[in-house]
Amino acid sequence: MDLLSKLVAWLTSAGQWAGSEGIAQRLFEHVEYSLLSTLVAALIALPIGLFIGHTGRGAFLAINLSGFGRALPTVGIVTLVFLVSGLSMTPVYISLVALAIPSIVTNTYAGMAAVEADTKDAARGMGMTGLQSLWRVEVPLAAPLIMTGLRLATVQVIATATIAAYVSFGGLGRYIFDGLAQRDLTQVMGGAVLVAALAVAVDLILAGIHRVLFRHRLT
Amino acid sequence: MTIEWGWLTTHTDDLLALTLDHLATAVPAVLLGLLIALPLAVVAHRVRPLRGLLLGISNIMFTVPSLALFVLLLPITGLTRTTAIAGLTVYTLVVLLRNTVEGLDSVPAKVREASLAMGRGSLGTLVKVEFPLALPVIMAGVRVASVMTISLVSVASYIGYGGIGQLFTDGFQRSFPTPVLAGVVLTLLLALAADAVLVVVQWLCTPWIRKGARA
Amino acid sequence: MIRFESVTKRFANGTTAVDDLSVEFLEGGITVLVGSSGCGKTTTLRMINRLVDPTSGTVSLGGRDVRELPAAQLRRGIGYVIQQAGLFPHRTVLDNIATVPTLLGWGRRKARARAAELLEVVGLAAESGKRYPHQLSGGQQQRVGVARALAADPPVLLMDEPFGAVDPVVRTLLQDELIRLQAELRKTIVFVTHDIDEAVRLGDRIAIFRTGGHMVQIAPPAELLARPADDFVAGFLGAERGLKLLSLISLQDVPYEPIAAVRTTDTAAQARAEATGRWLLAVSPDGKPAGWLDVHALDGSDSIGQAALTPVRGLTDADSLLSALNETVSSPTGMAVRVDAAGVLVGASRDDVVHAHQRSLA
Ligand SMILES: Nc1ncnc2c1ncn2[C@@H]1O[C@H](COP(=O)(O)OP(=O)(O)OP(=O)(O)O)[C@@H](O)[C@H]1O
Ligand SMILES: [Mg+2]
Repeated sequence: MDLLSKLVAWLTSAGQWAGSEGIAQRLFEHVEYSLLSTLVAALIALPIGLFIGHTGRGAFLAINLSGFGRALPTVGIVTLVFLVSGLSMTPVYISLVALAIPSIVTNTYAGMAAVEADTKDAARGMGMTGLQSLWRVEVPLAAPLIMTGLRLATVQVIATATIAAYVSFGGLGRYIFDGLAQRDLTQVMGGAVLVAALAVAVDLILAGIHRVLFRHRLT
Repeated sequence: MTIEWGWLTTHTDDLLALTLDHLATAVPAVLLGLLIALPLAVVAHRVRPLRGLLLGISNIMFTVPSLALFVLLLPITGLTRTTAIAGLTVYTLVVLLRNTVEGLDSVPAKVREASLAMGRGSLGTLVKVEFPLALPVIMAGVRVASVMTISLVSVASYIGYGGIGQLFTDGFQRSFPTPVLAGVVLTLLLALAADAVLVVVQWLCTPWIRKGARA
Repeated sequence: MIRFESVTKRFANGTTAVDDLSVEFLEGGITVLVGSSGCGKTTTLRMINRLVDPTSGTVSLGGRDVRELPAAQLRRGIGYVIQQAGLFPHRTVLDNIATVPTLLGWGRRKARARAAELLEVVGLAAESGKRYPHQLSGGQQQRVGVARALAADPPVLLMDEPFGAVDPVVRTLLQDELIRLQAELRKTIVFVTHDIDEAVRLGDRIAIFRTGGHMVQIAPPAELLARPADDFVAGFLGAERGLKLLSLISLQDVPYEPIAAVRTTDTAAQARAEATGRWLLAVSPDGKPAGWLDVHALDGSDSIGQAALTPVRGLTDADSLLSALNETVSSPTGMAVRVDAAGVLVGASRDDVVHAHQRSLA
């Protein structure tokens, strides 16, 4: 329990939060990396998911992509890109984006595939063009699952963004890697707790937004 | 990026040894996760008030960075394979618990009632009716957990039990991309192979679905 | 007028859904397509609004090949109703109905006003416009489906098993509603169903399809029932084909005679004085048949108001010979009670008169 009290002291000391190496700054960096990566991933993954869902072409890819994403060893990717491209944030962003894309594609596709054939049929039967059916019917109906995909990806990215510190950048991972190097367990735990807390908090916020947005929905 | 193919041919023995080492960590983690998840899932499925609690805790566990988890276990289990296995078990447990509860939920209440009505006990119904019917969903969870674990083992290279992941640390320290690339590819192939094996296992375990598909 | 010329549809998997179909569906009438499952009814229907394109042959609408217009534009001019209504679950009932007007660029207010108007036309409360489809019953959803198809006032309506998913009572109600609407709107309707009774009730003409996409016969219901082209059609129409035919013949030409009746407010003594046999017809104070009164069961009581009456159904001239036969069987006197359009008693037809009329038709 000695460790626990040290952890509490670490987390609550004002000095720990302030300054360019402080928790507040690290938290900000962590959020920055995560948001940017998820945003880029969404910009790539959403059109792909919507295209596959709307046309039905490449469904095999959409279904299996999430498995592939899970199998990719993030540490390996970061190391590889780092060795190839040199020291910059590029390896971190590439691996985080690669991590986030599969969940978004798979969920977007699943949402689009779950729109009932009858509903799409009715949309076409009433004279909607392909694009009108997509924007007015399919996307709104798939929105809850698309949102779930984004939420899943965001949480995954937050939990993994610690690797930025592995290649000497900031974020909450700093505490974990510095703590490891200095054999300072309190600091490692502090970092871990902060990452987990951030991920859980963001998850809860997104879940709340989800509930407000889709409160009229049946399911 | 220059790949030194020669390195591959001179290190096949090492690659094989690392792969076996990788499996020696991954396989127990999945099995242990399954062993713990099944009874917990039954509890979460049957005892409604505990359900939210169990699933909620496991969801939070899932957000703890894997590296941090290994480190947190160090004071308890030390620099051993047990630490690597225990850490990974936490993640497999989360996935398997979620899927097993979902699988049990998917068994129609009528089927359960029919079994009870025919005089089978609660435990008998669970083993003979509910688990078999939930098997496809549980197996889907086992596949996800296995693939995820195989990719996560490499993180344990910080504590010396990373299997194929040792290639990443090795390549990083020597600024030598060939083993890193080999490690990434090998991890993907291993995940693919494990998934394929599990598909076959599932196919063998669910003859009723096979017959249905053929009809 | 909708016209098929040597139309064949073969799907990519090799199924021939429609085989060399040549037929015309009359303008301003209901053509019902019936046939066993998978015989190509839906495919035929969907070739009209180009949800399916024929492999060969041409489909024309009002003399123009349907391929002349862009598909979306064509479809905005054709109402389409499907089973379970196919409503958009994320839009309110009002927005669902306003879909096509909105697509046609009517502007939001005008489209909504039109939608509100249609709610009334299909017999839904104005309040239901604000609800989401899943908050309505199956029958109400079907009504919304019909309203949505009617919104832009298209001359043609395609209906694919629109009432297939509702219970028989609601189905009859919806059929009545459609008959009433059609009397007013005179749309060209193509209607698909599995239910032969529904076909006989609604159809101006019925087309019977056989598996493999062949149309076997197309004729008005009476002609079809009287002269089925072959055993397949006869089998499809069912064993009670004769009775179904009777359901198409009205009572207009069946004579009736005056009948003695007491009012439910009269006394038992008055009833006994009026009676010539055991049974006497009782009418309510406004002249509508109330039921058959068993005079033998009357005790000394003053009023007949409390006496148990055997139910009676008054038939108008528009009712069918089949219902008259049914009344002669179920009423204790063998009489079919006749009423005017307001439901007021005008007389009764004896069973031998009804039977004689039925025999005279053969
Ligand atoms: N998109 C498609 N691809 C391949 N085959 C199809 C397709 N749509 C229909 N079919 C086949 O064409 C045949 C006719 O189908 P259709 O839907 O027109 O039948 P139907 O008469 O409407 O049947 P039901 O009464 O069951 O609705 C069936 O054998 C069906 O399996
Ligand atoms: Mg059909």
